[in-house]
Amino acid sequence: MTATLTYSERRVGLALSVLLTLLGFAMAAAARQGVMSVHGFMALALGLGLAVRLGGALYDPPPPRERMQRYDDAPTRFGIAMTLVWAIIGMAAGVWVAALLYWPEATPPWPATSFGRLRPVHTTGIIFGFGGNALIATSFHVLQRSARARLADSVSPWVVLLGYNLFCAWAVTGYLMGSTQSKEYAEAAWYADLWLVVIWITYFALYLRTLARRAEPHIYVANWYYLAFILVVAMLHIVNNLALPVRLTTAESFPVWSGVQDAMVQWWYGHNAVAFFLTAGFLGMLYYFLPVRSGRPIWSYRLSIVSFWGITFFYIWVGSHHLHYTALPYWAQTLGMTFSIMLLVPSWASAGNAIATLNGAWHKVRDDATLRFMFVAAVFYGLSTFEGSFLAIRPVNSLSHYTDWTIGHVHSGTLGWVAMIVFGAIYTLVPQVSGRVDMASPRAVEWHFWLAVTGTLVYVIAMWNAGITQGLMWRTYDANGALSYSFLQSVQAMAPYYLLRTIGGAMFLAGAAICAWNCRATMRAAQGEARDRPLVAQPAE
Amino acid sequence: MLRLHYNLERVSMGLVAAIIVAASVGGIVEIAPLFTIDETVEMPADLRPLTPLELAGRGIYIREGCYACHSQMVRSLADEIDRYGPYSLAGESAYDHPMLWGSKRTGPDLARLGSKYSDAWHVAHLLNPRAMVPASIMPAYPWLTETLDTGLLSDSLAALARLGVPYAPEMIAAAEADALAQSRPDSDAAEGFLARYGERPALRSFDADPSRLTELDALVAYLQSLGTQTDAPFGILTERSQ
Repeated sequence: MTATLTYSERRVGLALSVLLTLLGFAMAAAARQGVMSVHGFMALALGLGLAVRLGGALYDPPPPRERMQRYDDAPTRFGIAMTLVWAIIGMAAGVWVAALLYWPEATPPWPATSFGRLRPVHTTGIIFGFGGNALIATSFHVLQRSARARLADSVSPWVVLLGYNLFCAWAVTGYLMGSTQSKEYAEAAWYADLWLVVIWITYFALYLRTLARRAEPHIYVANWYYLAFILVVAMLHIVNNLALPVRLTTAESFPVWSGVQDAMVQWWYGHNAVAFFLTAGFLGMLYYFLPVRSGRPIWSYRLSIVSFWGITFFYIWVGSHHLHYTALPYWAQTLGMTFSIMLLVPSWASAGNAIATLNGAWHKVRDDATLRFMFVAAVFYGLSTFEGSFLAIRPVNSLSHYTDWTIGHVHSGTLGWVAMIVFGAIYTLVPQVSGRVDMASPRAVEWHFWLAVTGTLVYVIAMWNAGITQGLMWRTYDANGALSYSFLQSVQAMAPYYLLRTIGGAMFLAGAAICAWNCRATMRAAQGEARDRPLVAQPAE
Repeated sequence: MLRLHYNLERVSMGLVAAIIVAASVGGIVEIAPLFTIDETVEMPADLRPLTPLELAGRGIYIREGCYACHSQMVRSLADEIDRYGPYSLAGESAYDHPMLWGSKRTGPDLARLGSKYSDAWHVAHLLNPRAMVPASIMPAYPWLTETLDTGLLSDSLAALARLGVPYAPEMIAAAEADALAQSRPDSDAAEGFLARYGERPALRSFDADPSRLTELDALVAYLQSLGTQTDAPFGILTERSQ
């Protein structure tokens, strides 16, 4: 980190580290005990560590003068490393809680390792830790290459990445200690939410400042998606997390929304976390890395315009399909269902555009596991968006809702689409920023690919069966008009599927572990920096 | 149109503005009316807020992530009404910050759980679910025998009152005492609890040990309150069947 910073940048970094130390100290001192004080000490430790590191390197030799004629890839490398660390944490937590459903006696007698506390560790670790770090790291790479300009400054990328990972660490350790807002995918405490807003504003400002320095007149489509991701996630995060702390010195708070309004706000957030966190940003990744790896231009520029604005406009309406047949007004449910079905058009336009881009490069898909990751991602994107629209239809939802079918659907999206495109991007990017032609072990990439695909299929098919079985058992009546099955019978019927799901998840985790090892080996065997250079020219705006 | 976009994608702030507009419409149309249309939430006349002990129990329910496996929302479908009871009304959760409707039923719905089982059943089941239901896959919660921390209750009631839950100032002031009183029906403080919350909340020692106020007391008090804060849903079903 320090080697890429000039003297004055190191001083700015040192000042910010001292501020973070003071903030952590103030939190710990004000709270005195409980979750918030532990989190204060975590911030304090991070601030101190950074201050020692920067202070110790303050008068080290400055970076070479030609630094400004290179892309700033050090934050990307750090972001990729954090992506893989969180992948292991999040997926291991997922496999473990999946195993607990099959073998509940294995729950240790400590509160921190209980299913209910580990489950948000899995979701937050994957969505925010793994997905978020991958999005930020790749966005820095894609933004610089497509703008042909270096990042606007060298300190704020580190602020964004380190601050964001502090948020993730606060969230996950908070759950283990019993602190949660209980809003799905927005469980972090109120002060962590405020902290994320600060980090996000820094991220947005960095993005726009770098765009303003671009040497290409047009903003490439990948950046539209990254911009939508940053902007809309900010909007969703702020509105959904509005809360009144019980005291300013504790982690406890109450959301300002209640009852049916809270349900609507929660699923407006919840489904658009899927849309703008788990889809828009990753489509940005797809639109950049797929053409780069296949050596083919995007098949249709017009189709990418239609699908971008379709996704941005339609997605925001669909959250209410999580609330069919509930106490939410009927008209709001109907709107959610209608827009969910319309959403299939831009979704399939994106998936089709990606697959058509591979025309003329199918021999590469056959030979190159990295490109195969991206191809499989596009296929699963098409499949899970179709499934999503289907499940949003009211009568279908009456069967599927509350069952493991939803879990299967989510994982066909997260394992099949999101994780596959991340791995495709990582295997393209890591050799490039290590100045190499290929990964340290191309064979390991093949192993990872087949483990990931098999794991996903085992998981998803098990959960489809589980969900449909549950849904049917819950609603079956016998000839006398009584319900045929007790709830417990439906739980017992799940056992083989829960076992299969654990096996599928473990295969996926094994693949991710291979990826982490391979990336580490590649970065350690780096042969210099990325060879491509920005255009140093007048800004376009 | 293509020409327009060709120009738009050259101006970063133009893209930013267009994204904000496009992504705001849906939320504004679906969410804003929920706060202004009167029929969105018909408030039942007999709806009572949770007592301090029940509220502490709700905090434990949230802390342990119970909502990840149990919904509290009976949908208006025949099999759910037959299995769980009357379907849930919007007004029932009007005081719930946050709502706990849930999204997954690894275990059954709990919206109508109150009074369905005895306190002793709940205590035994929470400490070891498989002692009561051999095929259950619910985790055990042996640490719930710890003493309940009531230190934040007054501030919690005050915060909820600011958000519109009808807690009177004397309820806020007496929150800690009332939490203890609800589990000690024979104590002198029970009268104050009755004066503030009336006869409807259960007044008894939930974990069968009145000498200590435990997390089990709070959680069982909360579980026994589910679906009993108003009779409105039961009224609707009776009207329909007549």
